[in-house]
Amino acid sequence: MKNENNINFEDAMKKLEEIAVELEKNDLDLDTSVSKFEEGMKLSKQCSKMLEDAEKRISVLIQTEKGISEEDFE
Amino acid sequence: MEYNPITVTDLNRYIKTKVDNDEYLNNVLVKGEISNFKHHYTGHMYFTLKDENSLIKCIMFKTYTPNLKFVPRDGMKVMVLGTVSVFERDGVYQIYCKAMQEDGMGSLYTAYEELKNKLEKQGLFDNKYKKQIPKFPKCIGVLTASTGSVIRDIINVSTRRNPNCYIKLFPVPVQGKGASDKISDAIKTMNKYKLADVIILARGGGSLEDLWPFNEEIVAHAIFDSEIPIISAVGHETDFTIADFVADLRAPTPSAAAELAVPNVTDLLLDLDKYDNRLKSSLRKKLELMRLRYEKCIAGAAFKDPLKNINEKYILIDMKIKQIHNSITNRIKDNKTKMIELITKLDTLSPLKTLSRGYTITTDLGGKVVNSSKGLNKDDELILKFHDGNTNVKVI
Repeated sequence: MKNENNINFEDAMKKLEEIAVELEKNDLDLDTSVSKFEEGMKLSKQCSKMLEDAEKRISVLIQTEKGISEEDFE
Repeated sequence: MEYNPITVTDLNRYIKTKVDNDEYLNNVLVKGEISNFKHHYTGHMYFTLKDENSLIKCIMFKTYTPNLKFVPRDGMKVMVLGTVSVFERDGVYQIYCKAMQEDGMGSLYTAYEELKNKLEKQGLFDNKYKKQIPKFPKCIGVLTASTGSVIRDIINVSTRRNPNCYIKLFPVPVQGKGASDKISDAIKTMNKYKLADVIILARGGGSLEDLWPFNEEIVAHAIFDSEIPIISAVGHETDFTIADFVADLRAPTPSAAAELAVPNVTDLLLDLDKYDNRLKSSLRKKLELMRLRYEKCIAGAAFKDPLKNINEKYILIDMKIKQIHNSITNRIKDNKTKMIELITKLDTLSPLKTLSRGYTITTDLGGKVVNSSKGLNKDDELILKFHDGNTNVKVI
């Protein structure tokens, strides 16, 4: 899994769901099960971290001649 | 001459009766411009209707106000339907309005319907072009006025659902001339710089005239051409603008738009918990299953009495050895018999037997057999082989 830190939330959740289903089917060997489990737990941690880490920002876009700049709202 | 004055009250009552009995005044449709509009806290609306030369007071009781399709404002051109009557206490006559409509709405409606049909034919409303709203947008772009309740509602709802959400407000005028150009430019700019994962295009409720920028073709095309999915939330739940039809998703209100765009973090965390549990329990189940298999295996005979098998093998080996031994002994015996037979046969054929009957074999000193008298000379030495030994002789 490349770009682990850049995986977007939606993909991570989808992957997590897939892993849950695969594990529940119970036809994997033990090694694969354990590594899938580890991957799943990692994804789950990533997801909750992503939720917690998302930067709270409410900004206003200001259009200038040079382009767009961003300022804090309020 | 005796003065016989009537009271003010009497006069006003008289006038009121006159007015009230006039059938025409009972049901008038009047057009004019609103001024001095006041929406009293009791729910009634007070305003003046005027044209260039004249004005008349108007009142609309709160029983009728909910039927209004727009929010009256000063300067608005309207038509009112109502009854003219006199307010006795103040001696003023006024229109008691039952209904009010924006004047000029007729032409706006026609334009709206025409554009709607045209764009529908062009396929701008087709579901196949609707883009999926991302479930977890990293950044939400909001196109609306930078002041007022709309942006506040969106921020409130969004931050309640996800305290860490990222909102970019692109302030645009949402009514009046030029608003449509600004809105479509804003949509294009958001796309050009990829400023958001989803856009909320929002405006509070208003009259058809107020909402007009959202009914303009340029906005419709900007929405249609947008690569970023757009949620529209224009006007009240009952207002449908062209923008709503073209947008990828229509929200009944700006708050609802925020709900559609921002995932509820609490729900997501619960979901994550659920996944964690599913993963854990399925792994636990797997391990349990493996353990049972292992135990079943361990309980088998092979592990219970491992020597049994080996001992059986020993017996087999012993049997094999015995078998091999037997076959070798037999072979030796057979060969011995055969050998004796052969020796006996050989013995009968042996020339030694012939020698014993009196024959001899004559050879030269080199052992070569001499079987002819030719070639023998006097004094040649020869060997005679008897059955019991050799004797050297000389030719004479």
